[in-house]
Amino acid sequence: MGRKTKTQALSAVAPIFSIIVALLASALFVMWAKSMSVSEYFSALRLLLDIIITESLSTPQKFMEVLVYATPLLFCGLAHIICFRCGLFNIGVEGQFIMGMVGGALIGQLQGVPMLLHIALMVLAGIICGGLWGFLPGILKAKRGTNEVVVCIMTNFIAMYISNYIALRSVFADSQHDSSYTIQPHAQLPRFVPTSRLNISVFMAIILAFCVYLLLFWSKRGFQIRAVGLNASAAEAGGVNTTWNIVLALVISGAIAGVGGALQISGVQTRLISMASFPNYGFDAIPVALLCNKNPLACVLVAILFGALRNCSRMFQIEGIPKDIVYVIQAIIIFFVAADLITKHLNKRRRA
Amino acid sequence: MDDKLEMINISKAFASVKANEAVNFTLMHGETHVLIGENGAGKTTLMNILYGLYQQDNGEIRIDGKAVKIKRPSESIAHGIGMVHQHFMLVENLTVAENVVLGQEPRRGVVLDMKKAVETVESLCKQYRFELDPSQRIEDLSVGKQQKVEILKLLYRGADILILDEPTAVLTPSEIDELGKIIRKLNEEGKSVILITHKLREVMAMSDRLTVLRRGRVTGHMRTEDATIEKLVEMMVGKALSLEVEIPEQECGEGVLEVQNLVVRDSRGHNAVNALNFCVHRGEIVGLAGVDGNGQSEFIEALMGLRKVQSGKISILGKDITNKQNRAIIDAGISCVAEDRHKRAVVLEMSLTENTLLGNFAHEPFSRGIWLDYGYATKLTEKLINEFDVRTPSSEVNVMWLSGGNQQKYVVAREISRPHELLVAAQPTRGVDIGAKRFIHEQIVKGRAQGKGVLLVSTELDEILSLSDRIVVIYKGAVAGVLTRAQADERLIGSMMLGDKAEGGK
Ligand SMILES: Nc1ncnc2c1ncn2[C@@H]1O[C@H](COP(=O)(O)OP(=O)(O)OP(=O)(O)O)[C@@H](O)[C@H]1O
Ligand SMILES: [Mg+2]
Repeated sequence: MGRKTKTQALSAVAPIFSIIVALLASALFVMWAKSMSVSEYFSALRLLLDIIITESLSTPQKFMEVLVYATPLLFCGLAHIICFRCGLFNIGVEGQFIMGMVGGALIGQLQGVPMLLHIALMVLAGIICGGLWGFLPGILKAKRGTNEVVVCIMTNFIAMYISNYIALRSVFADSQHDSSYTIQPHAQLPRFVPTSRLNISVFMAIILAFCVYLLLFWSKRGFQIRAVGLNASAAEAGGVNTTWNIVLALVISGAIAGVGGALQISGVQTRLISMASFPNYGFDAIPVALLCNKNPLACVLVAILFGALRNCSRMFQIEGIPKDIVYVIQAIIIFFVAADLITKHLNKRRRA
Repeated sequence: MDDKLEMINISKAFASVKANEAVNFTLMHGETHVLIGENGAGKTTLMNILYGLYQQDNGEIRIDGKAVKIKRPSESIAHGIGMVHQHFMLVENLTVAENVVLGQEPRRGVVLDMKKAVETVESLCKQYRFELDPSQRIEDLSVGKQQKVEILKLLYRGADILILDEPTAVLTPSEIDELGKIIRKLNEEGKSVILITHKLREVMAMSDRLTVLRRGRVTGHMRTEDATIEKLVEMMVGKALSLEVEIPEQECGEGVLEVQNLVVRDSRGHNAVNALNFCVHRGEIVGLAGVDGNGQSEFIEALMGLRKVQSGKISILGKDITNKQNRAIIDAGISCVAEDRHKRAVVLEMSLTENTLLGNFAHEPFSRGIWLDYGYATKLTEKLINEFDVRTPSSEVNVMWLSGGNQQKYVVAREISRPHELLVAAQPTRGVDIGAKRFIHEQIVKGRAQGKGVLLVSTELDEILSLSDRIVVIYKGAVAGVLTRAQADERLIGSMMLGDKAEGGK
């Protein structure tokens, strides 16, 4: 027992360490951006931390904005976790999220549906559209052995083009705004205060994180998904249908991302806006899922952390620091997380 | 100074587990020194310290009389130490020559000089009389040959202390003889060999000196000529132990497993199992004997629903299970101790408790509805740990941290504990110590007394001969002959294994 708690404690050390190092290193970036001299390292660091802390915590308003950013990250992070646990890399979360938005935006235009039912229908549309977008790479992998990463990259583009078609050229397009028509008021999730876009979808995401935890660690299905991810041959010999579980993991993952997309429309965006490039909800969640070590409960905290970073980018620009510093910080974190994963992998191989 | 290597007062603990405690070990120039001891006694740990995979907490290592610190494998290689691990580490789809030079390739400019590599490997083969084709791929080689490649790799790197961790666990008797010759040859060339094994007969045949470990401590060392098997057993286990298991006479009942005209292909599309026919009855132990690579592995995979059956039929208690899903086959009443435990039997990164759920999770009391019952799984796992004396701090530890033999004991425990009609035991005692081996044999015989059918697949003829009521000899995927216990003798089986058709009784 003792050993297990110790390794668990250790597994939390690495991510925290990587966050600290990332902040320390990004201070150099701040120095460069503001042409400070070497001796001013600590003021650069102070400036960086100042911006992050004031921007996210100084008023309730600001923290609410952090949560607005954190919510889709959490949905997509959970989607990634399901697939990582099954030994898959679902780079298609991006497209699944977009398809969820498409489904949500279309259903949201229905007229005369009572509020609760309307939102339930949007969630359902998200599950179906996202799930379908996960099913495609899953079934191709199962039946044809196609690599899921390649297929997902393609389905991502298809999702984006579908979304743009609907927003720009279909009967749902509002030619005045380069977007689809705004969804019915009944289809919009209630906001807590008029001045913030924060809505109850953040609680839905947190509840979902707990559900994913139950699924992965306490249910038969989750056990099978994890067994396939850790050792597919042994899982197979232990009565686990590997192909079916791979397909299912991608479908569940897609469905979670799809719900995130639908609720993003319902709660924040209220319409499908045309995209010049990927909105990056799914891609940005990859480091979230890695940093929380594929743990759905820890994912809540990490999503908030990354939401806070994202929320700061405007302030960085105002302060004369390129907003790309957010990506610098994320990249350094990923670097350490990856290094940690690699050493763990090597340690595993050493042990006969 | 005659000692090549001295390990003085070595201690190493993993959390609460003291794997080595004040161990002293010396190795002389040109000798073969055997390290024996129970599962979990700390043999692999001691060698991993020498090889630089672990750091000792205490103690000193001296090579040629000089104290050295070995922090990582590359440093031990620089000191002339090489190790073949309990589980091989070759790259399957590279050739023999490529594997041997990997990491220290001869180069011309920046490109790999393949011709030179092949030449070097060929000359090494000649020097040590290895029969290996440098251009063959690893995946096409038998285990025995793969092992030679591992040894060649060490020689190529100039090792003069060679550590072989349980090299004989997976070999057939003739391969073991060959390994013995290789080791002698290495000694003649002035190289020292450390050998870990659980097979006492080999210890006596292959070594000059031996050291016995028990629970992390040295309980004795001596020259092999002064040792007897009884004495060794006592030093290892702490008490005298008889090794033979008694098998009472018993009538066998109805058929449990029936295999008819079975054809199964291997991964390259050749017929590995070719019109195989045999059956197993209730209360009967059937030994499937054969040289490794004659279709045994493919047969077991097909039996368990892990490989497609091309034609023919497998049935359990009259029920057709050909090409059924693995779970349906388990449910039909087969328990299987898989031959490759890391591939098929355990998930190394899951706890013992979670591994107990493998093969069981679908049914009550292991799960209810969609939820797992960890409480029940934990209780059962703890019971298995006690019954089979699996050495582990708790049931929550990942299987990865158990010693090889203890992993095996756990797998056997899990499979025997599952209600079943037929037990398929493939290499059931691979890597376990003599005490555990005896215990596992007893459990198998107990199942037989309860009217279960047992299919024993083993490359160890001893094991087959001592347990089987009937022996089916398999050669090139078909039955080369069937012998009853009374008819069986080692020489006859040996020749049948090589393809000489002999008429045996049915
Ligand atoms: N990295 C590790 N972490 C935790 N415990 C370990 C580790 N390595 C070994 N152990 C423990 O140390 C003890 C000795 O293990 P070791 O592998 O040296 O045994 P062994 O003598 O080689 O046994 P076997 O004959 O079964 O291979 C075991 O109880 C094992 O569980
Ligand atoms: Mg060992």
